[in-house]
Amino acid sequence: MSCDEKVDCGRRRLIVATATAGGVAGVAAAVPFLASLAPSERAKSAGAPVEVDIGKLAPGQMMTVEWRGKPVWIIRRTKEMLDGLRKVDDKVSDPKSERDMQPEYAKNDHRSIKPEYMIAVGICTHLGCSPSDKFKTGAESGIDADWQGGFLCPCHGSTFDLAGRVFKNKPAPDNLEVPPHKYLSDARIIIGEDSKGA
Amino acid sequence: MASTADKFKSNGSFLGDVLEWVDARFPATALWNDHLAKYYAPKNFNFWYFFGSLALLVLVNQIVTGIFLTMHYKPDASLNASGVPVAFAAVEYIMRDVPWGWLIRYMHSTGASAFFIVVYLHMFRGMIYGSYRSPRELTWLFGVLIYLCLMGEAFAGYLLPWGQMSYWGAQVILNLFSAIPWVGPDLSLWIRGDFVVGDATLNRMFSFHVIAIPFALAGLVVAHLIALHETGSNNPDGIEIKKHKGPDGIPLDGIPFHPYYTVKDIVGVVGFLMVFAIVMFFVPEGGGYFLESNNFFPADPLKTPPHIAPVWYFTPYYSILRAVPPLFNSQFPGVVAMGVAVMILFALPWLDHGAVKSIRYRGAHYKTALAAFIVVFLILGYLGTEPVTVWGQFGNWLGNADRATVVARLCTVVYFLFFILMPWYTKADKTKAEPERVTH
Repeated sequence: MSCDEKVDCGRRRLIVATATAGGVAGVAAAVPFLASLAPSERAKSAGAPVEVDIGKLAPGQMMTVEWRGKPVWIIRRTKEMLDGLRKVDDKVSDPKSERDMQPEYAKNDHRSIKPEYMIAVGICTHLGCSPSDKFKTGAESGIDADWQGGFLCPCHGSTFDLAGRVFKNKPAPDNLEVPPHKYLSDARIIIGEDSKGA
Repeated sequence: MASTADKFKSNGSFLGDVLEWVDARFPATALWNDHLAKYYAPKNFNFWYFFGSLALLVLVNQIVTGIFLTMHYKPDASLNASGVPVAFAAVEYIMRDVPWGWLIRYMHSTGASAFFIVVYLHMFRGMIYGSYRSPRELTWLFGVLIYLCLMGEAFAGYLLPWGQMSYWGAQVILNLFSAIPWVGPDLSLWIRGDFVVGDATLNRMFSFHVIAIPFALAGLVVAHLIALHETGSNNPDGIEIKKHKGPDGIPLDGIPFHPYYTVKDIVGVVGFLMVFAIVMFFVPEGGGYFLESNNFFPADPLKTPPHIAPVWYFTPYYSILRAVPPLFNSQFPGVVAMGVAVMILFALPWLDHGAVKSIRYRGAHYKTALAAFIVVFLILGYLGTEPVTVWGQFGNWLGNADRATVVARLCTVVYFLFFILMPWYTKADKTKAEPERVTH
């Protein structure tokens, strides 16, 4: 701050200090407003685990349940479907599930606890659309002649196999998320909670 | 700023006395003169000069119809007794049960598309006649800010009917923020206010739509007009009428905005309202472009409709987003490209180094570039309304790539080159000499 004989330096300093204090108070006053936009306590507590009866799911079928407002798919894979996964290992971008999109217990070549049942969050990792199921294989699927069954995202055309692994050169960067889950019995699972109590 | 010359002198009549009393306390006559009766606009305004006043008309339409829609609408995502989201049911209620509600709602929904049509033509006018050039840069900048506000306003408004397209469109657009490195997921969560698009999101978008953005918009419109009236309007010849003033200090090629252009604009308004009424009464859905058919289904968070696309006015940018391939497993580059595609408009006044402003005197370089820009903008706009598979695939020689994606990529490149190369091609352009005075 430059002062000469015409400026009272003490008063000038007081003006600057007052303006600074006022500015800081103004910025601080914005904090509660901005913070109020974050998820409320009610929204945070609504993410409770969901218990699902999978006893009636036939082989080759899938069901959708809601967990934290998102669709969670449960797919009962047949032997052919599981064999199909091996045929696309070289076409998917993360075949060994090395990226952190699943709990430790689903980090295997079928991305699930039991090979037969696939559990995944049905939200495309690109921009959050829900892919549609394309279980028909081959040219009949309308995707390509080598199609082994999987999912196609209607928004930007990302494709996933029946383990939720994303195919290469598609907009979606990652495999579908596998939520924490555990088996309560052979026919009952709980989604949103695993043995670690997560 | 009001000089004594702008204060009304009563002739003794009652109304005269009232005006003199007001003028002594508030610059009513000065404001009227500055912005209407003694605002001298170039005498050669043509068809393209209708769209500024039409934009103002549509803004008024949106505000008035919006006020009345707000009286019947409920921003509530919970399900009512019949299992339909309350917000969705409220829109159906307006359409079916509120007296004349269908008309007010169609005025509002048609108005939204009309707003963008008018604004795009208004911006195009600015581009062909170089209205953004010095000394009108700030008028242009305020205008681009208005355009950004309009996009925000349209996005927030589209969520309110809580249909499938509302929901999944918002899901996609709000998820764009999660692509921002490091802070993305938290930012996206903060914007939504919940782990998925939900009631919290609907309520805040309602708040943005009915108060926050319109308030900013109104302020920006005032700033846009004040800046324009400070410099005076450009004209189809792109020359300054203030260079040639008569002995009275009034530009020789200027005419008072009122009554000359207020009356001319009435013609524009009538023509516009005829088209507007035809759309509103006979094709309010605009063939699925103004109101998308999927939005007549209530939002279902578990099921994405088979084809989702934004409303037509966002589709050029949406195409750019889709066209940019992911890099390093991140779709952030696409998001950046889309953002830059809009933001680059701010730089336009400083990118154009042409010797002349108006297309009438520009050379082949600029004309070609502008024509290419308009064509790619339209192609990108069309492709954004369609799935990427719309034109099928190329053969093996191009790795079975979707034809539409390849075209969108080429168009995206041209879109950006129009701006990036502008300093050079406008400078190198062989321009014609500008006239001293306005022509036609």
